[in-house]
Amino acid sequence: MSNVEQNLLTNSQLTREQLTQTLDYIHQHKVNYADLYFQSSHHETWVLEDGIVKDGSYNIERGVGVRAVSGEKTGFSYSDAINIEALNKAAEAARSIAQTGESHKVQVFSDVSAPIQFQPAQPITSMADADKVSLLREMEQCIRDLAPEAQQVVSSLSAVYEEVLIAASDGTFATDIRPLIRLNCSVLLEKNGRRERGSAGGGARLDYGYFKELVDGEPRWMQFAKEAVRQAQINLEAIDAPAGTMPVVLGSGWPGVLLHEAVGHGLEGDFNRKGASAFSGRIGEQVASSLCTVVDDGTLANRRGSLNIDDEGTPAAYNVLIENGILKGYMQDKQNASLMGVAPTGNARRESYAHLPMPRMTNTYMLAGEHTQEEIIRSVDKGIFANNFGGGQVDITSGKFVFSASEAYLIENGKITQPIKGATLIGNGPEVMKKVSMVGNDLSLDRGVGVCGKDGQSVPVGVGQPSLKIDELTVGGTA
Amino acid sequence: MTQPQQHPIFSQIDDVKNAVAEVLAQAKKLGATSAEAAMSSTSGLSVSTRMGEVETIEFNQDGGLGISVYVGNHKGSASTADLSPKALRSVVEKAIDIAKFTSDDPCNGVADEALLEMSPPGLDLFHPWEVSPDEAIEQCIAAEKAALDYDPRIVNSDGASLSSHQGIRVYGNSHGLIAGFPRTRHSLSTMVIGKEAEQMQRDSAFTLSRVHTELKSANAVGLEAAQSTLAKLGSQKLSTRKVPVIFRADIANSLFGHLVSAIGGGALYRKSSFLMDSLDTQIFNTCVNIEEKPHLLQGLASSPFDSEGVKTIDREIITDGVLNTYLLASYAARRMNMQATGHAGGIHNWLVKPTHDDLSALLATMGTGLLVTELMGQGVNTVTGDYSRGAAGFWVENGVIQYPVSEITIAGNLKDMFANIEGLGGDIECRGAVQTGSVLLNSMQIAGE
Repeated sequence: MSNVEQNLLTNSQLTREQLTQTLDYIHQHKVNYADLYFQSSHHETWVLEDGIVKDGSYNIERGVGVRAVSGEKTGFSYSDAINIEALNKAAEAARSIAQTGESHKVQVFSDVSAPIQFQPAQPITSMADADKVSLLREMEQCIRDLAPEAQQVVSSLSAVYEEVLIAASDGTFATDIRPLIRLNCSVLLEKNGRRERGSAGGGARLDYGYFKELVDGEPRWMQFAKEAVRQAQINLEAIDAPAGTMPVVLGSGWPGVLLHEAVGHGLEGDFNRKGASAFSGRIGEQVASSLCTVVDDGTLANRRGSLNIDDEGTPAAYNVLIENGILKGYMQDKQNASLMGVAPTGNARRESYAHLPMPRMTNTYMLAGEHTQEEIIRSVDKGIFANNFGGGQVDITSGKFVFSASEAYLIENGKITQPIKGATLIGNGPEVMKKVSMVGNDLSLDRGVGVCGKDGQSVPVGVGQPSLKIDELTVGGTA
Repeated sequence: MTQPQQHPIFSQIDDVKNAVAEVLAQAKKLGATSAEAAMSSTSGLSVSTRMGEVETIEFNQDGGLGISVYVGNHKGSASTADLSPKALRSVVEKAIDIAKFTSDDPCNGVADEALLEMSPPGLDLFHPWEVSPDEAIEQCIAAEKAALDYDPRIVNSDGASLSSHQGIRVYGNSHGLIAGFPRTRHSLSTMVIGKEAEQMQRDSAFTLSRVHTELKSANAVGLEAAQSTLAKLGSQKLSTRKVPVIFRADIANSLFGHLVSAIGGGALYRKSSFLMDSLDTQIFNTCVNIEEKPHLLQGLASSPFDSEGVKTIDREIITDGVLNTYLLASYAARRMNMQATGHAGGIHNWLVKPTHDDLSALLATMGTGLLVTELMGQGVNTVTGDYSRGAAGFWVENGVIQYPVSEITIAGNLKDMFANIEGLGGDIECRGAVQTGSVLLNSMQIAGE
């Protein structure tokens, strides 16, 4: 028996037989599918602000969610207590979605075995508390050495250790351990009365040792510190961004938030089953330029958006969404896959036991092309180069999406000239993807900072892309 | 019907108060010199339907306890969603543990005793609704149907949802304050999809109140969703230009939301606000007046005390464009040598005073320009005030709406935008913490084709 099963079931005086009985009880109503999602999660955060260890916090969550699915209908209830009474009460509420009647039998449990994309690390105990504080102090000192004029430095370190157990009426029985760590820093610089902030960070499904690993001869945390200072220094020099429609070159890595907004959400199965997406009913059609191949890949080792199994116990997968511009498929959970007559794709995700799963992205990125970044920039007469972004948002029905550049430059006569202030870029997903005219050979992924929100639920995700050129995109500057 | 005072939730509050008192006592026993804890519990029902059929029924039951302990001036915090006695004990221990590693910071500590609300007034926030799943489903279907039947161009639906929740909030600290109150929140919404030529657009409508009998009818919600969706069909881009802009009431609160961030203690003591050193200075045009009324009966953002137990009071926030107060919780207040203002956890019912009767009057004053009804993205920098967001709305000429526009951005700097407010409508949006009508700004940069 796994430690997870011991912790979530045995220690709560629950057995597999009792879970089968609960599922049987739900299946006394006309349901196609039911599942029980047990979760325990521990989350810690340490914050250092101008040399003061301001606060540390620790959060514990533990509970079970019970879901009954009948066609397009779902009944859902949950409890923050894990015991047989709470489970039965939740089951009674959930099955009320359907009438009493015949439904197919609950399958015998079979343990899911999925390839491991990350190890079951316990990040919170992987480093002594005093060492966590020292790491933050070292990071702040590094920033202050690089920028003695810094007005303010904040750094934070956090980790989640989560155990889940999924038992479903289709016979799925799966457990997983999901570590997640994050380190961030931000610096405020002032020059000639102007104040600007820069920030940087990263994370992975590993333990805290990751931040001390050497990359190109220096520890990873030091790279974040240098990057934050660099961002702030560039912002101090930035001039007003232009306003209007122009060619836009995007850098590699985090600018892949373009794909998350312009195509990712629109390719989630639930929206497409309902015909609510600008991409609905368009499988097999050209929805992007032939240079674009976009995948959602939950199987990248140790990535923030990666999964061993999704929240329905389906193993994570490498799913091609768009291949050479042709729409290939949507991201699915079991319910939407079944209603659309396709297979689940390992994209069922939920924020916690107290939330319903939905089709969600994992790591979404575009495959590499042929050009160097320099060639791409050289091809632009007048436009902008955007290298770093804040968040984005999409209206999946109209296809309109935005994402906000936080580091960008003017391109004049094929050369990067001046840094410009942050500006929002806006376009229509399917139209913009057709205007991708050059794709770089420098595919990279973000550093592990993405959070995706949908229907009020947040989940960690990754994005990535090579440098690329969009012939026309609206840039929301002031000049 | 049960009289509110006899409702079982009141005995639940007493139980939770006891639990909070126990947690505080335990913190003291483990070495905390002072401590504060908050516990909340919410239960309710959320139902959604789509195309006339039920889609989900969710039975919600959420709760949590958060505690901060101070060992001398060292702070530690912990929280749990698991409210078993064992979990409660372990979070107290964890918080004490953390305090061993945090700094000796003299600004730490619970709020000053003199500022606390020791006998909170009742604000009539609790109006339970024993709505059954079937009744809820019926309301959702009615709202969606009203929208779908309104016009053949409404071709699809994202569904309708109804939620009804009741909850309690209890706060206690080592000054001996333990107070709690119940509240309810009910809402009904629907979102539909319209199609014309090859363009698809969606829009939604919602009604929200602490009192279910105050909700708009399902029919009214459906009609509003259908009309808003149809109005967006046929939208086009604008060319890049500089024009006057009206933020319609339902999104205008976001402008004042940026003010809330910029005059909040957290941004100020971190020198991260474009409104540093702006107290008692003119930050808006003189036509802007904002007052705060935390004790409005049944108010959505009403609260007798803030999340540190500090008494909330009526305040003039902006008078003739001048900023009268920062928004300070205890920590920031001590950092700034000022006094806490009762804004830990947010603001409480801001009322923005209108200068014009309604939106039509404001449109007439604007003449030609952009009416913004939708904003997208987070392109707002609180450090510099730089503002650049995606927008959609309507092009207006001579005070009359001409056609819908989308896929444009509006940009400027909040300092200038605040100074350029030239009119405020009487079309007050009441569904948020900021109650404002539409807002006219004399000029913003539009980026489009």
